[in-house]
Amino acid sequence: MRALVWHGKEDIRCDTVSDPEIEDGRDVIVKVTSCAICGSDLHLFHNFIPAMLPGDVLGHETMGEVVETGRGLNGKVKKGDRVVVPFTIVCGECDQCKRGYFSVCQRSNRKKHLADKVFGHTTAGLFGYSHLTGGYPGGQAEYLRVPFADATVQKVPEGIPDEKLLFLSDIFPTGWQAAVQADIQPTDTVAIWGCGPVGQMTIRSAILLGAEQVIAIDHLPERLEMAEAGGAITINFDEENVVERLNELTGGEGPEKCIDCIGMESHVTPSLPDTVYDRAKQILLAESDRPHVLREMIYVCRPGGLISIPGVYGGLVDKIPMGAAMNKGLTFRMGQTHVQRWTGDLLRRIEEEQIDPSFVITHEVPLDQGPEMYRTFRDKQDSCIKVVLKP
Amino acid sequence: MTNITSFSNITRSEGDPKVLRSGPSSRGVPDSLAKGLGWFSLGLGLTELLAPGRITRALGMEGKEALVRVYGAREIGSGILSLSVDKNVGLWSRVAGDGLDIATVLTALRPDNPKRGNVAIALALLVGITAVDLIDAQTSTARHSRAVGRKRSYRDRSGFPRGVQASRGAARDFKTPSDLRHAPALAAVSKKTTAA
Repeated sequence: MRALVWHGKEDIRCDTVSDPEIEDGRDVIVKVTSCAICGSDLHLFHNFIPAMLPGDVLGHETMGEVVETGRGLNGKVKKGDRVVVPFTIVCGECDQCKRGYFSVCQRSNRKKHLADKVFGHTTAGLFGYSHLTGGYPGGQAEYLRVPFADATVQKVPEGIPDEKLLFLSDIFPTGWQAAVQADIQPTDTVAIWGCGPVGQMTIRSAILLGAEQVIAIDHLPERLEMAEAGGAITINFDEENVVERLNELTGGEGPEKCIDCIGMESHVTPSLPDTVYDRAKQILLAESDRPHVLREMIYVCRPGGLISIPGVYGGLVDKIPMGAAMNKGLTFRMGQTHVQRWTGDLLRRIEEEQIDPSFVITHEVPLDQGPEMYRTFRDKQDSCIKVVLKP
Repeated sequence: MTNITSFSNITRSEGDPKVLRSGPSSRGVPDSLAKGLGWFSLGLGLTELLAPGRITRALGMEGKEALVRVYGAREIGSGILSLSVDKNVGLWSRVAGDGLDIATVLTALRPDNPKRGNVAIALALLVGITAVDLIDAQTSTARHSRAVGRKRSYRDRSGFPRGVQASRGAARDFKTPSDLRHAPALAAVSKKTTAA
């Protein structure tokens, strides 16, 4: 089959690889009908996530049809089922899964020893996201083996196009969890840094959950335009001072809820000297992540407020103003998304037409154009915001 | 398939896909050339830093060892940048460095310099490498420019089939799970205080 394969920094190829095979009774093989490139795939593209190996198949936003099943599924997933495959692989049986903390499933990471060493304790296995999270082959491919399929996949009905359902695999639940864990109240101002795909979904989630005011921060005109279309007030950080503008929009109080949809690769610009400092340290391997957004959020957030972090961080950050965070009594909530906790409810909201997540798709191309699209997406060319690949 | 790709297969399980045949890379010619130039910069920089005397003697520029060391450090900086995702900055810093190198070596092209021949060869090499650097810096900058492609409008992409206004608060039926609740809203605290 064909698959997008990581060969090194900025080196992704559409390779011919052997087909995946059933290994366990709870496995299924999915024939992929649609998959997408995620913003967090760019961290792999840039080689900022450790433990990638040449030959790793990428992709963690996937859906398709079950074409082969293991013998231990007891009819819970059958051949012919149409499924969305969340990026988190979950056993559904461990203590964490039972609590709904699926992204820290204790059993699905088959390279647990690595995660134990690096993170202290293992987290869930993820598709196509390094050997730290299990080294599972990803879904930017014609076929995908899904372990623990009965607990992992979300069955979806026929009759709704892939484009409306695909993002149940990651960015829609991720944006939703980012907003839900901020516990948005009708009087809240919610400030969202980053108007990429997760940022766009977070904006829509905050609107649906009834925030009084949603403010979106970015510098790319097409992303700000899409954010505005979704009901956000926008701040272009190339043109305005973010802290001053946020204070102005909140009567000098600062937003109650701040959401970081950027993560480890904050934009580097000379007008924000700390971003240049972070980049220099990153190049010298003295810091792995660039946390400008975290610093700004801590500084501007209203005392007693909450900081929600769906953006991916990979390792070590520097110069975090913990004094401000502690003295202001801020609450931090973060983590990979517990996708399976939200997918059922979000599917209903799509079916009821509360939201149509396909709005974010700007490019839809065959799988073999994937390597080129990684570059287009990274370089923000052709007004690219979200790429869907068709195997 | 490269040897390293083949070697990495030992980390994969029996049923995992393994590369049989490789397709074209997302890395273009300018990117690969930048990588080569980056490694070249590192090699040259280390030589300048560690053995400046050999360079100054070959060019009849004795006494300029400290300057060569500074240039070596600069070259290493350019190399690191050229190998990073900010390769365009690295490539343009190489072009600027080439200018400095040429200007410095030109001062040694004096009639009384017995190593004039070496200086001429060094200058020819420098002009050649400057041309390569310049071409790669230009093509790489153009290839990764945001200006490539169409400018599109997303004004109509609300994502809400019923419109933004009708969708505000449409999910208020959602009850925040108890583990994700934050401080109570102002109104709730005020009510309790009043009741007390």
